Amino acid sequence: MARLFKDEVTLAIAGQAGQGIQSIEAIVGPLVKRSGRHYLSASEFMSRVRGGANSTEIRVSSRPVSAYREGIDLLVALHAEALPRLGKRISPATLVVGEAEKIGYPGMIDAPFSKLAAEAGGALYASTAAAGYLCGLLSLKAEDCLAYIREFFARKGPEAAERNAAAMRLGHAAGAAAGEGGIRIEITPDEGAKGNLLVSGSDAVALGALAGGCDFVCGYPMSPATALLEKMAALSEKFDIAVEQVEDEVGVVNMAIGAWYAGARALVSTSGGGFALMCEGLSLAGAAESPLVIHLCQRPGPATGLPTRTEQGDLNLALYAGHGDFPRILLAPGSMAEGFELGRLAFDLADRYQLPVFILTDQFFADSVQDCPAFAGLDREPERSVVETGPGYRRYVLTEDGRSPRGIPGYGKGMVRADSHEHDESGHLSEDLELRARMVDKRRRKGEAARAAALPPRLYGPEDYRTLLLCWGSTLGTLLEAAERLGRKDLAVLHFPWLYPVPDQAGDYLRRARKRIDVECSSQAQLAQLLHGATGCAIEEKVLKYDGLPFGTEGLAAAIERLL
Amino acid sequence: MTSAFDYEQKLDIGWCPGCGNFAIRQTLIAALDELGLEREKVVLVSGIGQAAKMPQYLNTSYLNGLHGRALPVAAAVKACNPELSVIAVGGDGDMYGEGGNHFMHAIRRNPDIALFVHDNMVYGLTKGQAAPTSRPGMKTPLQVAGVYQKPLNPLALAISLDASFVARSFSGDPEHLKEMMKKAIRHKGLALVDIFQPCVSFNKLNSFDWFKRNSYRLPEDYDPRDRAAAFAKALEEEPFPLGVLYESERLTFEEGLGVYARDPRPLYERRRDMAKVREEVLSRS
Repeated sequence: MARLFKDEVTLAIAGQAGQGIQSIEAIVGPLVKRSGRHYLSASEFMSRVRGGANSTEIRVSSRPVSAYREGIDLLVALHAEALPRLGKRISPATLVVGEAEKIGYPGMIDAPFSKLAAEAGGALYASTAAAGYLCGLLSLKAEDCLAYIREFFARKGPEAAERNAAAMRLGHAAGAAAGEGGIRIEITPDEGAKGNLLVSGSDAVALGALAGGCDFVCGYPMSPATALLEKMAALSEKFDIAVEQVEDEVGVVNMAIGAWYAGARALVSTSGGGFALMCEGLSLAGAAESPLVIHLCQRPGPATGLPTRTEQGDLNLALYAGHGDFPRILLAPGSMAEGFELGRLAFDLADRYQLPVFILTDQFFADSVQDCPAFAGLDREPERSVVETGPGYRRYVLTEDGRSPRGIPGYGKGMVRADSHEHDESGHLSEDLELRARMVDKRRRKGEAARAAALPPRLYGPEDYRTLLLCWGSTLGTLLEAAERLGRKDLAVLHFPWLYPVPDQAGDYLRRARKRIDVECSSQAQLAQLLHGATGCAIEEKVLKYDGLPFGTEGLAAAIERLL
Repeated sequence: MTSAFDYEQKLDIGWCPGCGNFAIRQTLIAALDELGLEREKVVLVSGIGQAAKMPQYLNTSYLNGLHGRALPVAAAVKACNPELSVIAVGGDGDMYGEGGNHFMHAIRRNPDIALFVHDNMVYGLTKGQAAPTSRPGMKTPLQVAGVYQKPLNPLALAISLDASFVARSFSGDPEHLKEMMKKAIRHKGLALVDIFQPCVSFNKLNSFDWFKRNSYRLPEDYDPRDRAAAFAKALEEEPFPLGVLYESERLTFEEGLGVYARDPRPLYERRRDMAKVREEVLSRS
C-alpha cells in the first residue's frame, strides 16, 4: 500500500494508560523539533492510572502548526481497543500500524514492537522501539535519534541508555523499512524553526510566571491544573520559589493572599471544582484589595464532570465568582507565546491594580505541546508596585484611580492593616455608611483603570471582513486553521487574550461585521454573553462543542461553512 | 505611658462590658512589651468572631480575614518573611469549628507562629449557639434540647498531631496567661495557647467561677517533653490543667520550604535573576 504524506502528517498513538504513550511522545517530540520540523501533540485520556483507552495526536509539519485535527493519517495502535475508541477519526484512508497479531485490523502494517523490544533486552523497551519506528517513518536521522536517546536515558545509568539505544536503532530501522515499503512521509524541515522552543501550555504559563517574579506557589492537586503546580515545583529549587501543597483549596487561596500581604508574588493553580472552594477567598482579595493570580485550568463540569477532558465552561464562574462587587481581570492565552506573555503580565497587573487576576486555560491548552519561537522580552524585569511605608501609613487611602500605595508589613515604619470588613482608610473596620459607598467606588475605579490598560482583542485576517469569528483561549489555533481551510477573503478571526474588563475596542470590531459567529467549547456561549453585555452587539450565530474534546479543524470548518 | 502596641486615643471596642477579651488584650499588650518586640515586625492575623476582632484593637500590622481562615494566612505571612513575629488569634468556633481542617494541617505544617484561641465554649458574635468546645447539656437557641455532642479537645488533638507547643491558660489569671503568651511567641514552631474565658452574655454555664473551680495549674515539676504523659494530661477534664502541657522541637514550615537555605532575606527583598530566566526559557529549545 503506497502512500505519500507531503509536508504534513497527523499521527496518533493509541493504547491503554500505562502502555507508554507519553514515553513515546516524550522521545518523538524533541527529535521532531530538533530536526527543524514543526510539531504539535495533544493528549486525550481517561481518568484512570492503568487500562482504558487513551490517545495522543502528533502533527508533524513543514509549517507551524497549532490546530487539533480530527482526522488521523497514521495510527500507531498499541491495543485492540484503540480502534473502536477512536471511531470516526479513523477512515479507510487511515494507515494503521501496530502488532498485527495483537490488533488484528484488516490491511494494517505489522510493526513488531514486542519483538524489537525483546531483541533490545525486554518488554520495558517497547516504547522506545515504537518511538524509534516513528522516527524511522518520519526519516529523522538515525544518529541524531541515537544520540538523543543516550542523553535522555543517561540519568538512568549506562545499561538503560544502551538498551534503549538498541531499541531505538531496531525501531528506527523497521520504521525506515516501512517507509521504503511504500509509506513515504516527506516533511521538509523549516530553517526558521531551528531555535524554536518546545513547550506545553503549562510550561508556557509556568515560564511566564517565573519571568513575572512568582516566588510563592500553592495548590491542591486537581486535573488538569496540577501540571502547572508541578512545573513550578520543578523550577522551585533553582529559583527559590516556595511551593506548598495545602490541605484544601480554601486554605490555598488564603495562603496565597497571606503571601501577597507579606510581599511575595503568589500563584494558585486549580480547576473548576477547586476554584469553587476558593470563591470566599476571592471575595477576601476583593475586600482586602489583595493581589492574587489564579490559574483556572478548565475541565468539563458540573461537579466532577469529566476530570481529564477539556471545556471552556468556567468563564462565567471566573467572571461572577465571589460575593459582593469588586473588580477583577480575566486573561486567557490562545497560544504558547500568549501563555508566557499573560503568565508574566498577570503578576504585574495583580500587583499594580491590587485585585485578582485569572489566567484561564483548559486541559487541551495545558497538555498540548508545540514548538514556537523563543518568547519575547525575556530580560524585562517584573514591575514592582510595593512601597516603603512611613509613620501614619494608611493602606486604603482614597485616590483618584482607586489605587492606594500598597505597603507590606516589615518594610518601613508604617502599620499595614488589611481587612475583610468594610473599613476606613487606615484599614480599621468601619460602619460609616457614607464611607462604605466611597470605598466601593474606590475599588470600582481600580477596575476602570485596569480596563484602560486592557490588551485589545487580536484580529487574524483581513481588516475589511464581512464575517467575524469570535473566540477565546485555546480554540484560537484550530479556528485559524479552519478559517484558512475555508479560504474566504471576507472572513476574519477575533481572539480575546484579555477577556475582562472587556476591552473598549471590542464593540467596534463587532459592529464592523455583517455576520458574527461565536466559537466556543461550552454549551452556553459564555463569551457571546459577555460581549453582548459589554458592547450591546448580539452574536447571532454560534458553533459550540461540549463533548469534552477540543474542536478539530475539519469539523469546525464544516460547521462554520454551514453558517456562511 | 501607653505601650507602643496600644493606641493613645480611646477605642470604640465592640466587646461586651465584662468580657474576658479585655483582660486578654491587656495581657497580650504586656507580653509584647516585655518581649521587647519591634512593633513594625509584629503581625496579627485573625478570622471572624468576637475574639478575632483583637487585631483591630492593637496598634500593629494585621490581616483580619475570613472566618476560620487565619491559619493559612498566618503560615504564609511567616513563610514569606521570617523576620516577622506572627500571631494568629481567634475564638473556639473560628479556629476549631470553621477552621478545623486548617487547625490540624497548620499543626502538621508547623509554621513558627503563636496561636491564641479564646475558648469560651460558646458562639458570641452570632449570639449564643454551641461551640465545638461547648459542654454537653448546654441549652442554646439552636441546641434547644441541649448539646449532646462530644466536645472537641483541642489540646489532645494538637498533641496527637505532635504539635510543637501546647498550652492552656485562663483570662482570669493574667500573670499565668502572660507567661504562656511569652513562651508561645518565643517558641520556634506553632505554639497553641487555648485560653479559657467566660462569656458574660451568652454562657451562663461556664462562668468565671466555673472556670476557676474547674482548672488548676500544672505542678512545677511537670515535664512537658513526655508526649504520652502530656496526652493523658490533656484528657483530664473538670478540673482542666493549665500550663504548658507539651513541647517539642520540630522542623518549621519556613525551614521545610527550603527558600531560606541559601538566602536569609525575606522574599520581598529579592529580585528574580532575569539572565537565569532567559537561560531557563532557552533551555527548552
